[in-house]
Amino acid sequence: MAAVPARLLKRSLALLLFAAVAVGAQTQARRIVSIIPATTEMLFAMGAGDRVVAVGTYDRFPPDVQKLPHVGALLDPDVERVIALRPDLVIVYETQTDLRTQLDRARIPYFLYKHRGLPDISETMRALGARIGMADRGNAAADRLDREVAAVKARVAALPRPKTLVVFGRERGTLRGLDASGGYGFLHDMMEAAGAANVLGELKQQAVQMSTEMVLARGPEIIIELHYARGDSTSEGDMKAWSTLPGVPAVRNKRVFLLQGEEFVVPGPRVGAATERLARIIHPESFK
Amino acid sequence: MNELKRRIAVTVGAFGALALVVCVTAPLVGSTSISLARAFDRSIPFADNVDAQVFFVARLPRVVAAALVGAAFSIAGVVFQALLRNPLASPDTLGVSAGASLGAVTVIAFHLDVSAFGVSAIPIASFAGSAGAFGIIYLLAAARRRGTSSTVLLLAGIAISALLSAFNRFITLIADFTDTFRSVRWMMGSLDVGSYREIAAALVPMSAAFAIIFTLPRVLDLVSLGAEAARSRGVDVKRAERLALVGASLSTGAAVSLGGPIPFVGIIVPHMVRLMVGADHRVVLPASALFGASFLVGCDLVARTVFGPIEPPVGTVTAIIGGPFFLWLLFRRGF
Repeated sequence: MAAVPARLLKRSLALLLFAAVAVGAQTQARRIVSIIPATTEMLFAMGAGDRVVAVGTYDRFPPDVQKLPHVGALLDPDVERVIALRPDLVIVYETQTDLRTQLDRARIPYFLYKHRGLPDISETMRALGARIGMADRGNAAADRLDREVAAVKARVAALPRPKTLVVFGRERGTLRGLDASGGYGFLHDMMEAAGAANVLGELKQQAVQMSTEMVLARGPEIIIELHYARGDSTSEGDMKAWSTLPGVPAVRNKRVFLLQGEEFVVPGPRVGAATERLARIIHPESFK
Repeated sequence: MNELKRRIAVTVGAFGALALVVCVTAPLVGSTSISLARAFDRSIPFADNVDAQVFFVARLPRVVAAALVGAAFSIAGVVFQALLRNPLASPDTLGVSAGASLGAVTVIAFHLDVSAFGVSAIPIASFAGSAGAFGIIYLLAAARRRGTSSTVLLLAGIAISALLSAFNRFITLIADFTDTFRSVRWMMGSLDVGSYREIAAALVPMSAAFAIIFTLPRVLDLVSLGAEAARSRGVDVKRAERLALVGASLSTGAAVSLGGPIPFVGIIVPHMVRLMVGADHRVVLPASALFGASFLVGCDLVARTVFGPIEPPVGTVTAIIGGPFFLWLLFRRGF
């Protein structure tokens, strides 16, 4: 009779061990490929940088990513190299359907990501932390970001909201090809959090191509140009192009600013600091 | 001869009147409501006069640019269709447009878009790209002793266009994502030039192109019948072809550098005009220049007013308006 419980115990233990390994395989990720700069930054921010085995072509932050293999990006992921790295998790953009199909065939798990609004950044950090088995650290990093954004919001909450235009692209020396933040997405949310009223707020799209007439008609009180590209050598001198529109309040009152930094276009853990930089421009009086 | 002169006068008068009406009306209309009295009130300092800025900075240069680009693409299309004896030929066919795009995309992708004297490096690079593509075509044409076979020129142009477009796509792919976005936006075309400097810069090659092309109508009539037919009438075919090539390529390069590679105008306007006034190039060339100007100014007016506050690329509107209009013309004539 004693042999039966012993055998049962052994079987139960084996089953438990198998279940633990199976669950672990589902929740732990130790070889991660992240081809999206935002999620790469999130992983490093939650202390999972040592689990990242490859990054995307556009990943530049933190500096440690320079040592890692770069395996393509949104439009040209190098699937062969990704598979050869034997990852146990690949972070893919929601629209990368071909890559997802190939990963399905190779039975490599993936985490789906999409750029959305500012609150979604910390939500993604929490979900990603849970997915790689570091829920606590993911939550801590997300809480940190939420606190940073909340602190900026609190500083500017009682202040009037100036009409602001955030431009993230145009031809140098002219006002041609003006791309600005519309009323949807993390950049718009950052403007709102920094105490601005987006002049394109009612246009629910992330990017709006503006004409010169549209700039004159909207009459922004503050214009902020964001520059972030690799090797961008834009100087304050390039901002003189705005002087062709002296009727715009921002131009008339010399409130056209240039901000440089990749954190304005990468919706990752640095957006808290980026939001504060915006707020310092929009409401300098509240940071004295 | 008198009959021809009368036809030219009537056609130029009619198309000129249309162009005048369109170009005068277009700056008066826009997505913003302005007071014209205030816009022209010189007692108000320009810096404080938003209505004047909307009129003189936003709308007027845009209308002028649209008129010039429309005229330049249209007459380049007329010349290419006659020279290549192919109704499908357009300013894109010989790779000049692809060369211009490659120049612009290279500058955007490698951050070479510095500005000098208020003119961005993008139109300059775009014009240089078109000149490079034209140089290759011209060398190919010059390498043949007895003038250039239109078939060979056409096939060479398609090959060069494909090659340059491939380089273009490759650069777009390796560029920073945001630069790729800017390149794609540039390739959609835009007439919102916002200043007169770029117009002045583009006017230099455009004027040279127009001067060359307007010496060619009689020769184009003969060349479009075939090289042998032209030669038998005493035309120096080789010289005529090279002149036509230089003129049309200059015109295309200048138009793309100013407005981007706006599709459809260069292929469709010449056919529209031929359906209205016949095939004589002495009538077709000036009519195409004037109608092309009216057409693009009209399309840009639709782009900046109908869909407001968002503006679709003007190239989309040229196809949406031009396509059905062209079909109507075709079927009205019972083709």
